[in-house]
Amino acid sequence: MIINHPLLGPRDAAEFIYLGDACLIDRPDWQAEDAAEQFYEYGYLRDNPAGEHQELWYHEQGDRSWLVVTRDTLSHKITKVELARDVAVARGRG
Amino acid sequence: MSQVNRIEGGLIDRSKTLSFTFNGKAMQGHPGDTLASALLANGQTLVGRSFKYHRPRGIFTSGSEEPNALVQLRTGAHQEPNTRATVAELFDGLNATSQNHRGSLEFDMMAMTDFVSPFLSAGFYYKTFMWPKAFWEKFYEPVIRSSAGLGRLSMQEDPDIYDKGFLHCDLLVIGAGPAGLSAALAAGRSGARVILADEDFAPGGRLNAETLEVDGMAGADWATQAIDELSAMDNVRVMTRSTVYGAYDHGIYGVLERCTDHLASSNGKPRQILWRVYSKRAVLAAGATERPIAFGNNDRPGVMLAGAVRDYANRYGVTPGQQVAVFTNNDDGWRTAADLAAKGVQVSAIIDSRDAPAVCDVPGARHVRNAAVVDTVGRKGLKSVTLTDGQVIPVDCLAVSGGWNPNVHLTCHQRGRPTWDDDLSAFVPGGELPVGMAVAGAANGAMTLGAALQSGRDVANAQVKDLGFTASRKAAPKAEDEPRECAAFWHVKESKKRAWLDQQNDVTVKDVKLSHTEGYRSVELLKRYTTLGMATDQGKTANIPALAIMAECTGKTIPETGTTIFRPPYTPVPLGALGGRARGKDFRPYRLTPSHKWAEENGASFVTVGNWMRAEWYTRPGEKGWRDSVDREAKNTRESVGICDVTTLGKIDVKGKDAGEFLNKVYSNTFSTLAVGKVRYGLMLREDGICYDDGTTARMGENHYVMTTTTANAVLVFRRMEFARQCLWPDLDVHLISTTDGWAQFAVAGPNSRNLLRKVVDEEHDISNEAFPFMGCGEITVCGGMPARLFRISFSGELAFEIAVPARYGNSMMGVLNEAGKEFNVAPYGTEALGVMRIEKGHATANELNGQTTAHNIGLGKMVSQKKECIGNVLSQREELIRDDDIRLMGFHPVDRNEKLIAGSHFITKGEDAIMDNDQGWMTSVAFSPNLGHSVGLGFIKRGHERKGEIVRAVSPVHGKEIEVEIVSAHMIDPEGERLRA
Amino acid sequence: MEQQLWGCVRMRYSAFRVLREGLTGNKGWKAAWREPDPKPEYDIVIIGAGGHGLATAYYLAKEFGMRNIAVVEKGWLGSGNIGRNTTIIRSNYMLPGNEHFYEFSMKLWENLEQDTNYNSMVSQRSILNLFHTDGQRDAFVRRGNAMFLAGADAELADEAQLRRELPFLNFDNARFPIKGGLYQRRGGTARHDAVAWGYARGADSRGVDILQNCEVTGIDIEDGKVRGVQTARGPIRARKVAMCVAGSSGRVAAMAGMRLPIESHVLQAFVSEGLKPVLPGVITFGAGHFYVSQSDKGGLVFGGDIDGYNTYAQRGNLPVVEDVSEGGMAIMPMIGRARLLRSWGGVMDMSMDGSPFIDKTGIDGLYFNGGWCYGGFKATPASGYCYAHLLAKDEPHPVATEMRLDRFKRGHLIDEKGQGNQPNLH
Repeated sequence: MIINHPLLGPRDAAEFIYLGDACLIDRPDWQAEDAAEQFYEYGYLRDNPAGEHQELWYHEQGDRSWLVVTRDTLSHKITKVELARDVAVARGRG
Repeated sequence: MSQVNRIEGGLIDRSKTLSFTFNGKAMQGHPGDTLASALLANGQTLVGRSFKYHRPRGIFTSGSEEPNALVQLRTGAHQEPNTRATVAELFDGLNATSQNHRGSLEFDMMAMTDFVSPFLSAGFYYKTFMWPKAFWEKFYEPVIRSSAGLGRLSMQEDPDIYDKGFLHCDLLVIGAGPAGLSAALAAGRSGARVILADEDFAPGGRLNAETLEVDGMAGADWATQAIDELSAMDNVRVMTRSTVYGAYDHGIYGVLERCTDHLASSNGKPRQILWRVYSKRAVLAAGATERPIAFGNNDRPGVMLAGAVRDYANRYGVTPGQQVAVFTNNDDGWRTAADLAAKGVQVSAIIDSRDAPAVCDVPGARHVRNAAVVDTVGRKGLKSVTLTDGQVIPVDCLAVSGGWNPNVHLTCHQRGRPTWDDDLSAFVPGGELPVGMAVAGAANGAMTLGAALQSGRDVANAQVKDLGFTASRKAAPKAEDEPRECAAFWHVKESKKRAWLDQQNDVTVKDVKLSHTEGYRSVELLKRYTTLGMATDQGKTANIPALAIMAECTGKTIPETGTTIFRPPYTPVPLGALGGRARGKDFRPYRLTPSHKWAEENGASFVTVGNWMRAEWYTRPGEKGWRDSVDREAKNTRESVGICDVTTLGKIDVKGKDAGEFLNKVYSNTFSTLAVGKVRYGLMLREDGICYDDGTTARMGENHYVMTTTTANAVLVFRRMEFARQCLWPDLDVHLISTTDGWAQFAVAGPNSRNLLRKVVDEEHDISNEAFPFMGCGEITVCGGMPARLFRISFSGELAFEIAVPARYGNSMMGVLNEAGKEFNVAPYGTEALGVMRIEKGHATANELNGQTTAHNIGLGKMVSQKKECIGNVLSQREELIRDDDIRLMGFHPVDRNEKLIAGSHFITKGEDAIMDNDQGWMTSVAFSPNLGHSVGLGFIKRGHERKGEIVRAVSPVHGKEIEVEIVSAHMIDPEGERLRA
Repeated sequence: MEQQLWGCVRMRYSAFRVLREGLTGNKGWKAAWREPDPKPEYDIVIIGAGGHGLATAYYLAKEFGMRNIAVVEKGWLGSGNIGRNTTIIRSNYMLPGNEHFYEFSMKLWENLEQDTNYNSMVSQRSILNLFHTDGQRDAFVRRGNAMFLAGADAELADEAQLRRELPFLNFDNARFPIKGGLYQRRGGTARHDAVAWGYARGADSRGVDILQNCEVTGIDIEDGKVRGVQTARGPIRARKVAMCVAGSSGRVAAMAGMRLPIESHVLQAFVSEGLKPVLPGVITFGAGHFYVSQSDKGGLVFGGDIDGYNTYAQRGNLPVVEDVSEGGMAIMPMIGRARLLRSWGGVMDMSMDGSPFIDKTGIDGLYFNGGWCYGGFKATPASGYCYAHLLAKDEPHPVATEMRLDRFKRGHLIDEKGQGNQPNLH
């Protein structure tokens, strides 16, 4: 596969390390009333969709950016690549 | 032996003669020959034996789809099994032998299986060999295994080398037949970067096999001219002997280039190169494969595909027989008859399944209309064929054509499905193609020459236009469209004898019918039950006819019946090529510590730790075994001073005004409160609350921390911290950089460590206990001004320091420290002594922090703060992870001090049976303690903290051993920590 | 020779039958299973006619006397991972929640052919895990001892023994030198397709309806209770619905509104051209992510790591193909001139701790079996047996008590590899 890195252009996916669903950005509030339940869901449950999937890739053999890649799990077609930091900020982290 | 079947013409170089042997028999051929064409030229019709029935087999095709003519090539360690004679280029001295027979090729003792074939129908083995129960492994299976398999490995290391490479292009053209050449010419003229790859050594594809003309010249000449033009273009790379074997995601293709297989020796050059081609677009111009018709005994040597017979005559100047008949259901078969006749070969008959007039005039040949071959005679070489009307025609070669199948394979590698074309009676590319791919020529159903040339140009032009190039206006090369009418005809129903579909695996029409009767009706079940299409040729000639017969049985159409999935590789790829240079010691990279050279010069043995090579001990004269060295090093360190290279520990510089807060989040304990100039032990959890890593982190300045990680986790921890920084807390002002490679770091440990360092550290730095207490750190200079970092931390449990200098001074520093320590009898120590001392001291490492243990388990539960946000603290509090009766890390002493403990033994309470339900835990690490004088161990045991002093059984059934051990504190030396504060 | 069983004809397979049929032109063979139309209602509908689903149906009928059962399958029977794996059977697990289960499975394997009257070619040719460091040895000793404690077999081999037994391994020029290995002699391989067929035939003959080309498109749930399924061949009512769809777990569970502790990943597997026998058993090279055995037909059957990204596409990419081959060349460089014939990909239901689930769900009458990662094949008999037990008795089989969906909430992890809640690392 080829991932079109927003800063570095198209790179072979073998340069990256895969983590999983980009919902891992949405780490729950540790002080919430039901923090235990929220962290269980955050840590263990996944949508695991057959189709479009937002997921985290790390450019380890590159610039060490974490990316959010939108990729179809049926066709492997990639439709969007963003810096994970931008996504995190957009989702209200920091 | 002479070349009895060599006829005039062809693209071979008759001015040179090449000698080769087949089964020890000396034969001759010419440059331009394949092994198959040379064998045929020499009259060698029988070349192999089939897989199951050991039927005599000859050459069936002239290409990579060959099911029968598999030979063992070369000798010794170069021996290469299952090579298709049809694609092996002839070279002088080639040595080939036939395979899969007991006794000689001519008299194969295993051929008896053919006589009991009624009992060996498809799937027979699923129904028997079950009694008595124990006989499967002991008797039946060994018999089956020894008779299965085809060629033999030499069992020696492959002596050749293989390379890998990467190529980039705008357009990859797959196949250099008429469509591919036309496509490459068009794309090349547009200025696009083009790669043209073809599996053959001579580009041209079918142009070389035919007598057709392009642009008014012989097809083969036109191909040569086209290649010349392409080769002259800077933007075009022509790759021959290069098979595009797989289509992968996003325009990536796997290509195998065979560099020296056509030579007697590789002479130190890579035998093959595995290319990964990154293409923006691709044109698949892979042509088509002819399919046979199934009839009784259609597998005899001498029965061949008609297109192959024509190929041998036109390209190689060889006739596969002296008296040839053609059996066809289409116009194309007629051209074989015509071409052979034109070369003076006697063509006895053209048997056409259609009730139609002659397609062309073939001198001397009888046209038998509306007829078919029902049987053949000639066990080791065809003697005659019998037709539906009973007439017998004596022939030594029967050319069979059942029509042509587009080579859709690569269009389906991403699990696209082809669609059925009724007009062609064949599958054509359809549905979703791999991204960027378009198909041209016969591969796309353009089965005639003129159409293929046009299609190649048009498809390539569309592809390059899509990329923004201006397509060349030049017209496509011109050629006639030859007649191509074809009437679907799959098998001869009148045949009573077995009619083969998959020749290599011996799957017959009856087997397909049986498969249907027994309920294995889906194509995939058919394939799996009968082994159809599972041979080295992947059923390239067999699958479609078999599918047609299954469709007949089920009463469905062929497309309703389905098609099997085409999987890469297109043709088999040597594992050596896929492995490339990553073998032997080069399998994975090595990393050497900064003091590696010094260690080598001073008697070190090395051990693999992750990718690192670390000194495990330093042998001194007179030491008989490793234990002598390790005991001395550990003892010497505790009694005086020792030095160990600990560079491999991960080092991460954490900087920024929020560095402390960031560390609070990634460590379970607090770091923002650490004073500048101090070091603290840190424990890191995974988000699921399990221990991940540990190490010490020093605060070098207000906004600057230096973290250490374990060797094994250095990369992983850094990756995870970047995740925390970029994805979880992007608001924090903190930056990370890995400095593992930047600093050489040495542990200087033992009561004399301060005395030693005093001699190296520049005078202005006070390293006394008062000025530089336990867990102190600072930037200093050594050896007269060289910058260094000093940490007063201890893994051994002794008074100890770690000193870091820029990595390039590491080797010198090791020398300087050892020189300075002479008066204290300093000794370097390796990983073994390091391990001994940390076990004595009860420090957990990878054996304990194995990804399954909690902070609670290692007695550090209190370090997991619940008062701040940090990774893992919430999930670490789940009920099952904080149970009181859970395992705890403890020390263990053998009751009999002479006993040697075994890591991996399990603990069983005395008086209980050694079964899993009574399992109390396990021993994680053991060592001989030279300081205590006996074996010691660390381990996890249930409720360990409440069981100090209890004697339990440590059982190791895999060793057949059991030892009584006493549970003790994990801190087996200096439990109060007085030494390290000294 | 033919038994009348619950209205279905079953032909007994034997050497005698093969001989008799051979002499009479092989005309008397009967279909191994029926191709029935769906009935409007069943006691239990099992979703997925893969190995586990077929085994579940078989044991429900044979051991628990339940026959009004349908197995619905979107493709052809056996089209799941039972038809695309590396055929290894073993019970070399370490943790209490796992080892009893896999050893139970091994014991079922050992009697499978006699039980199903179908030769699945269970071949206990041994499995060997190589180790290369002292730390790995310690971990394998722990594992081998755990296997012993659970009643399985294990044998520790040192380098000298391996040099004698497997002289073709790379002992002298290795990046990761071989220090020894842990054998399970009772481990080995089985003919994967035949396992599915044996169970299918056995289940069918006891009255189970195997409905091929019958994709489930919806799960009917009313008031928190399951009522049946919607399929490509119409609605089917059922008292109990049992999911058993491995790599498709996420998709099917979503029909019931469930999110699972599972990700779908692709594992590639490979086979070489046929070769005369070279490998005695299964060999696993952990440091290089390579495991290999040789089939009865002569092909080297091998595999390695999963590709590592979420996918439902049954195909993989080149980096892993090359990585696996590098592992092979590193540990047994004599295979360099053998050729890779075919590669394929199966979609794996990778769970959060690498261990599976056989459990009820929060929906009454809906059951779940999945999370087998890339180790589902060896579990087939026990998975079927224990799932059948759960479906028939509504309580877990004694060897499967830990395989619960709620274990992550409680913190009861069955994490053999110690990789934590990241599925692609298991």
